[in-house]
Amino acid sequence: MAEPCLSGRTLANGLGIVALLAVLVGLYLAFFYAPADALQGDVQRIMYIHVPTAWVAFFACFVVFVASMVYLWKRWPEADRLAYASAEIGVLFTALTLIDGSIWGKPTWGTWWTWDARLTTTAILLVIYVGYLMLRSFVEEPERRARLAALVGIVGFIDVPIIYMSVLWFRTLHQPPSIQAGGVAMPESMLFTLLFNFGAYTLVYVFFLVKRVRLESLRAIIDALMAEKVEHE
Amino acid sequence: MYLLLAKDLLVELRNRETFTVMLFFAVVMLFLFHFSLNPERENTAILAPGLLWLAFLFTGVLGLGRSFQAEQTNDCLEQLLLIPGDRGHIYLGKLVGNIAFMLAVELLILPLFALFFQLNLWLALLPLLGVAVLGTVGFAALGTLFSALTSNVRAREVLFPLLLFPLIVPLIIGTVTATAIVLGGGTLGEASAWLKLLAAFDTIFLVIAYLTFEFVVEQ
Repeated sequence: MAEPCLSGRTLANGLGIVALLAVLVGLYLAFFYAPADALQGDVQRIMYIHVPTAWVAFFACFVVFVASMVYLWKRWPEADRLAYASAEIGVLFTALTLIDGSIWGKPTWGTWWTWDARLTTTAILLVIYVGYLMLRSFVEEPERRARLAALVGIVGFIDVPIIYMSVLWFRTLHQPPSIQAGGVAMPESMLFTLLFNFGAYTLVYVFFLVKRVRLESLRAIIDALMAEKVEHE
Repeated sequence: MYLLLAKDLLVELRNRETFTVMLFFAVVMLFLFHFSLNPERENTAILAPGLLWLAFLFTGVLGLGRSFQAEQTNDCLEQLLLIPGDRGHIYLGKLVGNIAFMLAVELLILPLFALFFQLNLWLALLPLLGVAVLGTVGFAALGTLFSALTSNVRAREVLFPLLLFPLIVPLIIGTVTATAIVLGGGTLGEASAWLKLLAAFDTIFLVIAYLTFEFVVEQ
């Protein structure tokens, strides 16, 4: 048991170092390689963090959805641990997305917050997955916790596009959207920087995920050992 | 399913516990709305649809949260699960009962709402009831599922609305906007986009809840 755990740990740490380096290189590219935006100037450089964190946030929630379905279908505890780990990271990155989006919004739109469809949906997404984590913390039996959480993971994810569409209609019928998605072509250096950062933050996500799943697996092993010990006594 | 529905309705008719609490809770909410917003006559029309639906939804959460509580005592849920056949029927039985309770409360609240806020509802009554039915079905569809899901969980009173409210955002948008159109003298046709949204929401979550209910009550 100890051997694979140790080699897994080395691998995970290696992944962590690669992810850290990638983030550093990504920051360097964002600040020094990519040109300043013609309209927004240097402020626009926050895009290189904002868009990748948003991508990781939504991807993490998608992983929760898939892992939850796999759990209900196959009843593998591993699928439940994956969903749990991904939901935690998803909440973290959703919060980060809202924060760095606000920081970007203040100088460009003149406000920290607007009831834009994407913003609103991201905030609701955060509440849904906080609810998911709360539910988990309130149920003790592992099997029941996994089963109930999986349902929330599935129903919550299916609802997200419906929420997005309804907020979009609500907004467009009341007032025109505050920003128009412009058909602005990006120079290659900007696109490269953005794509590089996508990769970097996805690596960070995978690293967190591996670490967190491992931690949960160890916890499950300890719980099983404790239960065994209690039985012997 | 019919037996379960009949049982729930009978129990409720006998002691009227949940129904009475829901009804007076809604009345108290109307008082609170009045004093917290002090709506003057001219802005009532703008506020009314939102206030009406907030009253319905908070009242609904109160009622739905209790819907599986009665089954917890004496292990009634376990007995119910012994019924051969699809577990979805238990869900449908509970769902129809919940819709009936909510609609009954809404029917009683509407005249009071019109009275307190000096609104003329009678012209728009039929379209308004249509919106209320669509909104209530969707709310109850998700609410019944999550009521069952949280029925045996610690801190269920806080967890149930926390899980349910974010998910029904499309429903609130749809019902409030459609109600505003209807109260403003519009026809159902003018609100058709929002009614379609509500109908789609209802259909999607009725199907999902029906299919996933067996995972909730699994032993």
